[in-house]
Amino acid sequence: MAPYLIRRFGQAVLLLLVVSMIGFAILHLAPGGPMAQYAIGSNMSQEDLDRIAQQLGLDRPLPVQYAEWLWRMLGGDWGTSFRDGQPVLHVIGSHLGATLQLMLTATLLAIFLGCWIGILGAIRRYSVFDYLATIGAMVALSIPTFWFGLVTIFVFSVELGWLPAGNRETVGDGSLLDMLHHLIAPAMVLALVETAIWSRFMRSSMLDVVNQDYIRTARAKGLPRFKVLTRHALRNALLPMITVAGLQMPTLLGGALVTETVFTWPGMGRLFLDSISYRDYPVVMGILMFSAAMVLIGNLLADMLYAVADPRIRLG
Amino acid sequence: MTQDDTARLSRILAPTRRGLFAIGGGAAAAMASGTAFAQGRPAGRPPEKPRGQVVIGLSQEPTVFHPLMPGIEVDQGVWWNLFSTLWYIDPDGKFVPDLAAEMPSQTNGGISEDGLTWKVKLRRDVKWHDGTAFTAEDVKFTLDLINNPNFRVRNRVGHGLVKDIKVNAVDEIEWRMDAPYAPYLSILSLTFMVPKHILSTATDPNTSPFNNAPVGTGAFRWGSRTAGDNVQLVANPAYHGAGPYLERVVFKYIPDLTVMYTQFRTGQIDYTGISGISPNFAREAQALRGRRVHVNPTASVESIAPNLGSPVFGDKAVRQALYMSMNKKALIDAIYYGLPTPTESFLPAQSWAINAELPKHEFNVAKANETLEAAGWKRGPDGIRAKDGVKLEFANSTTAGNPVREQAQQVLMQDWKAVGAAMRIQNMPAAVIWGEFWQQSKFSSVMVAVNYMLGSDPDVTPRFSSKAIPAKGGRGQNTFQFENSRVDALLETGATQFEQAARRTTYGQIQRIIRDELAILPIFQQVLVEGTKDNLTGFKPNINTSSNCWNVREWYWAS
Repeated sequence: MAPYLIRRFGQAVLLLLVVSMIGFAILHLAPGGPMAQYAIGSNMSQEDLDRIAQQLGLDRPLPVQYAEWLWRMLGGDWGTSFRDGQPVLHVIGSHLGATLQLMLTATLLAIFLGCWIGILGAIRRYSVFDYLATIGAMVALSIPTFWFGLVTIFVFSVELGWLPAGNRETVGDGSLLDMLHHLIAPAMVLALVETAIWSRFMRSSMLDVVNQDYIRTARAKGLPRFKVLTRHALRNALLPMITVAGLQMPTLLGGALVTETVFTWPGMGRLFLDSISYRDYPVVMGILMFSAAMVLIGNLLADMLYAVADPRIRLG
Repeated sequence: MTQDDTARLSRILAPTRRGLFAIGGGAAAAMASGTAFAQGRPAGRPPEKPRGQVVIGLSQEPTVFHPLMPGIEVDQGVWWNLFSTLWYIDPDGKFVPDLAAEMPSQTNGGISEDGLTWKVKLRRDVKWHDGTAFTAEDVKFTLDLINNPNFRVRNRVGHGLVKDIKVNAVDEIEWRMDAPYAPYLSILSLTFMVPKHILSTATDPNTSPFNNAPVGTGAFRWGSRTAGDNVQLVANPAYHGAGPYLERVVFKYIPDLTVMYTQFRTGQIDYTGISGISPNFAREAQALRGRRVHVNPTASVESIAPNLGSPVFGDKAVRQALYMSMNKKALIDAIYYGLPTPTESFLPAQSWAINAELPKHEFNVAKANETLEAAGWKRGPDGIRAKDGVKLEFANSTTAGNPVREQAQQVLMQDWKAVGAAMRIQNMPAAVIWGEFWQQSKFSSVMVAVNYMLGSDPDVTPRFSSKAIPAKGGRGQNTFQFENSRVDALLETGATQFEQAARRTTYGQIQRIIRDELAILPIFQQVLVEGTKDNLTGFKPNINTSSNCWNVREWYWAS
């Protein structure tokens, strides 16, 4: 496995380099810049703006800026945020906890519910449950998240008063119960779409498996239906789910842009959105590289798990 | 499920229009008036000791805590509570000494007759949050730091004239100015003092740890920051002034205005700060129990900013015709719910320098058509006018994603079509439009709200002086490319006058010329609809500060 890992690592480094070049170029070539936020609403002249841009190194040629950024990055310095002057790694780290909390809760909920709905839909194909689950998934995938989020706030916070209308905690409280109370609504909204995705993948995968010859053979041998499902069908049907889980990893750490905004959740998604709108280049590049690394790690982990879960696969 | 819950559920199943407002849907009814919707103000006295906390909702995140570095309005709201200025300007426009013991003036000898020597006496009872005494050395350090070429200062307007700073005593400082400059009093009212004993030891003043754990002389001390979520300040028991009466202030970042309003409605936030309550929620907010809604004027004037360097807007007749054919009242009533007040000046009505005698806008399409005809703009077969091969068509830009402004643009497009002018909408994201496009006058026309004043001083040299056009190498923000030798002369005069009556005359004349020339097409003075909980006492909007959080030290909860 070692040569395989070394090869994958080499590929990953090359890919990250390409991603960084493309990302840096697109970001800097896009019109506008970080100075625009000061042009309106403050008494800063063009001279002031030029002076600050020079102090931030924004006046140098793009290749020079990229080379400097890359050199510092290789040395472990991800740069400093233009907005709050904090190191980029610190900025990312300070938002990661909130995102992990929300995304892990929503994903675990979605995996549990999605797999259950998918399996049940597959073994009771074309039943009322299957039709309802299919319609439900389509509706969930079609509803814009922001709308569902606002309706959730309207129903459960404004009208019923059961849940807080956003935020991660009540300032000054911070107890576990308080945090869980705040987590319910955004996790529910986020899990809705995720559940729909997982249920569709699971149903499809399960349907592929239940029609295989070896399942028919197992049934013909007289194995109980439950055992056929759990020992033969489910184990094989879950294999493609590893790929889905691997692809979910960057999303898990990258945050949910819309949900975090609607529920004022201080996570990575909102950080990315804010950094883009302020053209906070170092933070945007940091998040980009972080996400790209997560995609590669997620894929690698999925491949390795495949080899562990399926003895037919050999890495090399 | 309780009976209460059942009743709530039935409301959800049959939502009212009020409910739809809360989720961002539905059109709002027209607003009845633009006045403040104050309900009963609870009586009460400030507590003996700081008590309770206030949660201030902000639609932008405060991220800059060094008060001399480039920051935006939300940052300034935090600065007002952490730091102090030598003096500030109260809501009535009066200078009030804060760190200074008295206001320097030509009468008391604080400012010399020629306006070149300034002497400021300071209070002796002020302490930094770490207990160190505040002295004249701190003022000298602050002014020196601003002029330090290696420091990433916000701007040096006025400060650049300061020379030969001398500390006469721990409580007295003196400096000379390169030239007399009256607006400097106002500039200093927004210049927060920073501690020498902390910042002088920093190797790089731009990256000092102070930037994220600031120490000031304000009514509140630094508490904590949860990035992307909130900033907390705690009461400073050694504050030199009255207050603070609250134990803690929380600046809560809520990026979505609908969500911010909802949290105000559910009681999670106590005050909706920048950007307040959307106008379409104002009427509903007025009816909320236990809440008060304030419609506060701001110093910004909403206008159409034409690029006077373009062939279309370079013609005064075009500007006059477009202004006459703009149905201002309908625009304000229909799009802005009648909340803002129309204006003819670039100054807010509350400014001591406002010229109330400016000609009033007249909505007259026939006269606008006559003006264009007389100026040689003839209608073509497509109904669009043209003159010397130049068609009367232009783009209008504003920040993309601002639905209110986008609606206003559509109304204007219709208004101007009636006089044979073709306007097209060309909106862009904020980071694009307010960058080079705006700074280097690459726009055709822009719909924008600008605070033209320098602090709270009417000096508009950076905005209207012919030497302040960035596109022509000037040092300023005259992106309209307005050039007028009479205005240039008046601006120079105004900056050297220290007598307010004389200055009022000078700036009154400037307003008159800008209005006659229509350097901008003024629409209205902006208002901010803000909400507070009914028993939050001491909230005092102040057009002379950059934030209505300027006096949180005076806020308290009525029992």
